Amino acid sequence: MLNEAITTYGKDIDFLVALIAVIVGFFWIVCEGLFFWLIWKFRARDGHDTKYVPGETKEEKKWISRAHVLILLCDVVIVVFAVKVWVEVKQTLPEPENAQVVRVIGQQWAWSFEHPGADGVLEASEAHPNATDDNIWMVDELHLEVGQIYHYKLESRDVLHSLSIPAFRLKQDAIPGRQIMGWFKPLETGKYDFQCAEMCGIGHGVMGAQVYIETPENHAAWMATHGSVAAND
Amino acid sequence: MSDIETQVATEDHSHDHSHGHDDHGHHDQGWFMKYCWSTDHKIIAMQYMFTGMAMAIVGGFFAYAFRMQLAFPGADIPGWGVMNSAEYNSLVTNHGTIMIFWVAMPVLIAAFGNYLIPLMIGCDDMVFPRINRLSYQVFLLSAIVILVSVALPEGGFGGAWTAYPPLSSDSAFNLRPTSQTLWVVAVGLEFVAFLLGGINFITTVMNSRAPGMGMFDIPAVVWMIIIASILFMLSVGPLLAGAIMLIFDQTIGTGFFDPKQGGDPILWQHLFWFFGHPEVYVVLLPACGITADVMATFSRKKIFGYKTFLYTAFATGILSFFVWAHHQFIAGIDPRMANIFTVTTLMISVPIAEMCFLFIATLWGASIRLTTPMLWALAFVAEFLIGGVTGIFLGASGADIWFHDTYFVVAHFHYTFYPIAIIGTFAGVTYWFPKMFGRMMSDTWGKIHFWGTIIPFNFIFIPMFFLGLAGQHRRIYSYELFPELSTPALQNLRILATCALITMLIFQVIFLLNFIISMFRGQKAGKNPWKANTLEWTADSPPGHGNWPPDELPNCYRGPYEYGTPGRDTDYWPQDEPS
Repeated sequence: MLNEAITTYGKDIDFLVALIAVIVGFFWIVCEGLFFWLIWKFRARDGHDTKYVPGETKEEKKWISRAHVLILLCDVVIVVFAVKVWVEVKQTLPEPENAQVVRVIGQQWAWSFEHPGADGVLEASEAHPNATDDNIWMVDELHLEVGQIYHYKLESRDVLHSLSIPAFRLKQDAIPGRQIMGWFKPLETGKYDFQCAEMCGIGHGVMGAQVYIETPENHAAWMATHGSVAAND
Repeated sequence: MSDIETQVATEDHSHDHSHGHDDHGHHDQGWFMKYCWSTDHKIIAMQYMFTGMAMAIVGGFFAYAFRMQLAFPGADIPGWGVMNSAEYNSLVTNHGTIMIFWVAMPVLIAAFGNYLIPLMIGCDDMVFPRINRLSYQVFLLSAIVILVSVALPEGGFGGAWTAYPPLSSDSAFNLRPTSQTLWVVAVGLEFVAFLLGGINFITTVMNSRAPGMGMFDIPAVVWMIIIASILFMLSVGPLLAGAIMLIFDQTIGTGFFDPKQGGDPILWQHLFWFFGHPEVYVVLLPACGITADVMATFSRKKIFGYKTFLYTAFATGILSFFVWAHHQFIAGIDPRMANIFTVTTLMISVPIAEMCFLFIATLWGASIRLTTPMLWALAFVAEFLIGGVTGIFLGASGADIWFHDTYFVVAHFHYTFYPIAIIGTFAGVTYWFPKMFGRMMSDTWGKIHFWGTIIPFNFIFIPMFFLGLAGQHRRIYSYELFPELSTPALQNLRILATCALITMLIFQVIFLLNFIISMFRGQKAGKNPWKANTLEWTADSPPGHGNWPPDELPNCYRGPYEYGTPGRDTDYWPQDEPS
C-alpha cells in the first residue's frame, strides 16, 4: 500500500519516521499496557480497600520523574535526527556542475513547469538575453531525468498552493509574490502523482499533475521533441 | 428544550428552601425571562450545552455527508444529494470550524465552566452575571451567523477552517463574496463571547471561593477551565486583530495579506496559529480536568501528585505559546525557524506525558468502579495517548515534510480533539447529569452507548493513518484523479471509515434517548450519588437559584480528593466536613 521513497532524502525521511515509530511505539505500548493492567488489577472487589497514595513524597514521585528523564532523552534523539533530515531537505542546496533547474508554477487549478531549452539556461540575464526563447512549457506533466539533481523554483500566480510529491516525500507551499528554491534527486524511473496539498479553492481536488522520471535516453528524446515544438511556435 | 427546563423548574419548587432563595427578585419571571434572559449560571450553562449539542448534530451531519462522498464518489447521498467540489469544501471547512468553535468550546469551557465553577468553589453565582448572560447572547448570535453563512444560496465559505489568504481574502479566488465575510464575522463574535465568559470565570474563582479554599483545594476541572480561559485571553487578541484585517481585505480592499499590495499571506498564518495552537490546549485542559475529577471519584483515590498535575498544566499552557510555527514548517517560513520550533514542540511532550503518567499512577492501589462516566474518563486517557504519540511525528520537522497536510494529520488531530470534545464531554455529562437534573442516567444504556461510540471511533480514524502514509492529501473531494490514491485497497479503507462513522452516529441516538428519558424517568439522585468530595455534591440536585440557601454556603476544610484517607469509616471525606 505504501509507495516507496524514490529520492535520496526520501529514504532518510522514511528512516526518521521508522525511528520515531520505534521510540513512541515503545512508550505507547508500555503506557497502554500498564494502564489496562492497573484497571484490571485494582478493579473494585470486596475486602480490598483503597491505598492512600498522595504521590507527593520524593519516594512516590520517582516513578514519574524517572520516566520523565527517559522522555527527555528520547526527545533529544528525535530532535537530532529530525533536524538532520530537515537541514538536508530544506536548508541545503547541492550545487553540482550539472544541476538542472525547473520552474514550478501553481495557479488555480493547474501546475505548469518551465524547463530550460537546448541552451540549458532557464532565466534571461545580461549574458543570455534570449535564454527564455527556447524554454519548454508543460502543463500538469513534469518530465525529469533519473539520477539527476534538480533545483526547483516554486511560484504561485494567485493563492497558496503546495507542491507535494508523496513518492519524493517532498512538500513545499507556493506563495504568490515569492520564489522558493529547493531540490530533489529522483533515483527510480516511473510515473508518480504530483499533488497540490494546500487548499486553493473550488478546483483544489482536481489540481493534480504527473511526474515522469525517465532514463537519460528517453529524457533526451523528450527534450528533443518538445524543444523543437517550442522552437517552431 | 422547554420540556427539559420545565422539569428543572418543577424540581426547584418541590424543594422547600428553594423558594427561600428564590426570594431576591426572581419570582414570577415568566418562562422567557427565566430561561432565555436568565443570569443564573446554571441556566446559562444549559443554554451553552444545548446549543453546543445542537451544533454537534450539524457538524456531525456535515461529516456524514462528506464522508459519504469520499467513500462513494459521485453517489446520490441520502439526505444531501449529489455533492460537488464547492459543497465538499464548504462542508469540511464548516465541519472543522463548528466542531471546534461551536461544539468543543461552548460545551467544555462555557457549559461546564458556568455550571461547575460556582458550585465547586461554593458560591451562589458568577461575579458578573449580566456579562455572563451577554456572553451567551453573543455566542448564540455567532452560531446563527455561521449557520446562515453555510445556508446562503451562493454556498458556504470553503477555504478551510484555517482560512489562509489570499484565498480567503479575495472573493475573486474563493467565489463566495458574502459567506467569506460572514464566516470571519461569526468566528470573531465567538471570540468576543468567550472573552466575556473567560473574564467571568477568572474573576469568580479569584474572588468567590468558599472560606478556607486555598489554591490547591480547587478541583482540577475548575483549575483547568481557568488556565484555559487565561490561555484564550492571551492568545486570541492577535487573531481578533487578524480577523478584522481579513474583513478589511475582503470588503474595503486593504492589502494586509495581499502580496500585490505589499502585504504578506504568511502574516495571517502566524496570527492564526499563535492563537490556534494554544486553542488546542484551551479545549484539552478542561477535558483533562473532567477526567481527573471523574477518575478520582471512581477509583476512590487521590489524584497522584495533584500539585504536580497542576504544574504540568501550567507548563503546557506556557509552552503552548512557543510552538505555533510547527503548523507552518513547509509554509515558506525561514527554514532555520523550523529547528527552533521542533525543539519547543517536542518539549511540550514532557509535561503532557507527565500528566498521562499521573493519570496512570492514580490507578495504583485504587478500587476502580467501572461506571459509565469512569469508562469515558479511562477511554479519554487511552485514546488521547494515541493522539499524543502520533503528534511527535508531526512535530519533528523532517518527518512533517512528508506528513504535512495528509490524512496522517487528520487522524492525529481527531485522536486529540475527539477524546477532548466528545469523550471528555460524555465523561462530564454522565458524571454531573445527576447534579444537573436530579436524576440518574441509565448505566446499562450508557455503557451500550459507550462501546457503540468508542469502537467505531477507532475504525474511523485508524484507517486514516494508513491513508496518510499512502500519500492521501487533505480536503480533496474525489481521489479518482490521482492514480496512486484511487487503488481499491485505499478505497476500501475510505469505505471502512465511512461505515464506522455512520455506526457511531447511529449510537448517538441511544445517548439522546437516555439523556431525555433519564431527565424525566431516571432514578432520583439525591445530593451525592457518587459519594464524591467536591462542594457541588453538597448542594441539592438540581441546585436551586443561589445554589445553597444564603446562610448555608459551604466552607472548605481540605483538598478535593481525600479518598481512602486512613483512619476514617468512609472512603471519602467531603471538602465541607469540619475536621
